[in-house]
Amino acid sequence: MSHHEAAHAGGHEDHRPSIYDPRRWLFSTNHKDIGTMYLVFAIIAGLIGGALSGLIRWELADPGIGPLLSLPWIHDVDAAKHFYDVAVTYHGLIMIFFMVMPAMIGGFGNWFVPLMIGAPDMAFPRMNNISFWLLPVSFTLAMISFLVPGAGEHLGFGGGWTLYAPLSTNWGGGAEPAAYHDGPAMDFLILSLHIAGASSILGAINFITTIFNMRAPGMTLHRMPLFVWSILVTVWLLVLALPVLAGALTMLLTDRNFHTNFFNPAGGGDPVMYQHLFWFFGHPEVYILILPGFGMVSQIVSTFSRKPVFGYLGMAYAMVSIGLIGFVVWAHHMYTVGMGLDLEAYFIAATMVIAVPTGIKIFSWIATMWGGSIDFKVPMLWAMGFIFLFTVGGVTGVVLANSGVDTSFHDTYYVVAHFHYVLSLGAVFAIFGGFFYWIPKMSGYRYNGFLAGLQFWLMFIGVNVVFFPQHFLGMQGMPRRHVDYNEGYAYWNNISSLGYLITAAGVLLFLVVLAEMFLVKRKAGANPWGEGASTLEWSLSSPPPFHQFNELPVIKPDAGH
Amino acid sequence: MTRSALFAAAASAWAAGAAWAQTGAPTDGAIHFQEPATQIMRDIVAFHDNWLLPIIVAVSVFVLALLLYVVVRFNRRANPTPRKFTHNMTVEVIWTVVPVAILVVIASQSFPLIIREEQIPPSEYTLKVTGNSWFWNYEYPDLGVNITASRLPDEDVEARNAGNPDAEHRARRLLSATEPLLVPVGANVRVLITSNDVIHAWAVPAFGVKEDAIQGRVNDTWFNVDREGVFYGQCSELCGKDHAFMPIEVHAVSRAEFEQWVLAQGGTLPSAQPAEPATEAAPAPTR
Ligand code: HEM
Ligand SMILES: [Cu+2]
Ligand SMILES: [Cu+2]
Repeated sequence: MSHHEAAHAGGHEDHRPSIYDPRRWLFSTNHKDIGTMYLVFAIIAGLIGGALSGLIRWELADPGIGPLLSLPWIHDVDAAKHFYDVAVTYHGLIMIFFMVMPAMIGGFGNWFVPLMIGAPDMAFPRMNNISFWLLPVSFTLAMISFLVPGAGEHLGFGGGWTLYAPLSTNWGGGAEPAAYHDGPAMDFLILSLHIAGASSILGAINFITTIFNMRAPGMTLHRMPLFVWSILVTVWLLVLALPVLAGALTMLLTDRNFHTNFFNPAGGGDPVMYQHLFWFFGHPEVYILILPGFGMVSQIVSTFSRKPVFGYLGMAYAMVSIGLIGFVVWAHHMYTVGMGLDLEAYFIAATMVIAVPTGIKIFSWIATMWGGSIDFKVPMLWAMGFIFLFTVGGVTGVVLANSGVDTSFHDTYYVVAHFHYVLSLGAVFAIFGGFFYWIPKMSGYRYNGFLAGLQFWLMFIGVNVVFFPQHFLGMQGMPRRHVDYNEGYAYWNNISSLGYLITAAGVLLFLVVLAEMFLVKRKAGANPWGEGASTLEWSLSSPPPFHQFNELPVIKPDAGH
Repeated sequence: MTRSALFAAAASAWAAGAAWAQTGAPTDGAIHFQEPATQIMRDIVAFHDNWLLPIIVAVSVFVLALLLYVVVRFNRRANPTPRKFTHNMTVEVIWTVVPVAILVVIASQSFPLIIREEQIPPSEYTLKVTGNSWFWNYEYPDLGVNITASRLPDEDVEARNAGNPDAEHRARRLLSATEPLLVPVGANVRVLITSNDVIHAWAVPAFGVKEDAIQGRVNDTWFNVDREGVFYGQCSELCGKDHAFMPIEVHAVSRAEFEQWVLAQGGTLPSAQPAEPATEAAPAPTR
């Protein structure tokens, strides 16, 4: 450990420009600076996406259309109805494309993949710069799309993050043209997602090259920390899945603007084809959102149990197999399109198979803790919260995999509960865990453990109050994406909105924790976590030198994962 | 079977109070399904309550128990020196094989259920449902009945309830339609579903029916309602601004009442033999 530090002390504080110099950020080719920008971007996007979900829960707190009408730019009930759909759509898109992905892959991936494999930087530093800067461009296009006409005179696209045709087309022409999206909002959204996709593909190529070619001597694939494995699998999924989304989006674009009929039955096209293409991307995408979380949780659990990861190879190859199987289960999102018995049977079987490697991961985390000497520091709280809540979301996934019961659950709040347990309570908990695990390394400061612990408990309680009752609503039949509901769904909706207030308090407290940390400036030291933190990043100073590993570290066979 | 009886009892205990009322409508505060009105929905509930729910609760509780045990037993104070093992072939095999076995058990129940759902039995009536933005069109092509149902405006809901103290038959906001769709109790009804514009989905929770209405294709499903009552559903595929405002209201009535309604709608009753005589007296296909 200390031999690395000695070797690199020479590189300390070398040409690190001032943080107030805009050129440092605009022209950055430094993986740590770029990682920081991704994290800041993700936090901002997360706050915007979170505000939208606040509007959703506010509207749904009681039956009737009320709160949305009090917004200054909403003048009538129709505008409120459309705005609700818009809020749901952009909430989903922002959280997925501009919060979770940038935080996990762009943020933690950029920061820690090079550090963990002993590389001086990413393989293509300038491509890294463009990967990041495409994101604000994409986000700006999404915001423009939010503000220009979508359906008739109503602003923004309100067809859900899945962008299903024909709702996302402009064919209309019937009695109700406003049922379609004839305005430019959808076109801007397509451009936005194209650019976000390009950004991700460039980033993915960079990670693949870096991980395959820039590992320090002795850092074989089978000695890489599990977080690096998780990023490797994730970026492969990106490279293989995003082009399919890009294809589907391009077909939508030409259907809308150049009179093609890919998805138009009147011209021989097929709307269901869109769904197949979307979910061929979409299911791998949900694993893209969670796999880096798996990696972070592995690092955290091992560090705070002061014990090496249990079943390292099983853990790595469980992620590989989840990635592979993830490509052949997509139509479990489409059980109600009328696909017929044989396909349903196949997709049930294939989907349930994913539960096996997922189970291996859950049990291996517990086995890593077993016999350990566990320190319940804040990152460990998030990781343990993740393990339990992800289990709850995973088992409801197995329920939904059975198309026989999915007939009842599809497009109800049960599905909303499922994917928020794996995302808002899974992926987001992993992000917070990773954040508190690595913030001493990234910033050089320690956070206030009491406040951060309080934030964990507020959010743990809050998100469970928001999402657990949604299982009940779904079982009673409440459809998702409805702006208003019958009084028979009032009770649990009210509780759910109450949970939002608790969660929001937790998010605000997070901002306080951040501010407190940067104001008080408690020095962290190279390794605040002790012997359990054995990966390479802890051998460097906190924050690490601007350029590290000018002389490559040599990894010995017994290095911990 | 004692076990499944136990779960069934537990399940109905949950469904708290009025949840199992006659009407197929949501019950405030309920934590379970609406009361089934078809054998298929009963099968769905049974599969969920007797198999899926116990399994997922057991798995979640098991993981929680392990986590709590680890917290108590292996915290820093209780166990100051960590052990260093990283492999244990036995447990690794167990936690691979046992989940596989559980999934095989689930599949063994799942496949027969989808066969019952997807294989449409010979049916007496054919109902054609067409989704529009934002109302439903219902047609019994063989009976010459064709109706359009949209959302019953709030004023009409209030007006209807003002003169009607009977809680069971009151109109419901966002669930009641301008025209109810009538279906005969005890008959196999084949449903053809399509759309005139964007995708909608026709769903009635108490029937265990949900099928997308897609322009350019005709999907089919079926139901056989086994008790009289009023059953509500809602559009279940996002279709734009008024997605929450195209309710489905189905009245399951006796055959006599159904035939009267057909005539009142200007339709005709099949005078001679029904198209498939063999199925005339067939009971609801439960297997
Ligand atoms: C054991 C593993 C899992 C299984 C078996 C599973 C199964 C399913 C199924 C069958 C659906 C479709 C339900 C429906 O629409 O009727 C679904 C929806 C969804 N799942 Fe999962 N899932 C699993 C894990 C995950 C993970 C890890 C994530 C992401 C972190 C995730 C995110 C989602 C999302 C976002 C949706 C809803 C998409 C939408 O319709 O908008 N799932 N899942
Ligand atoms: Cu999926
Ligand atoms: Cu709809």
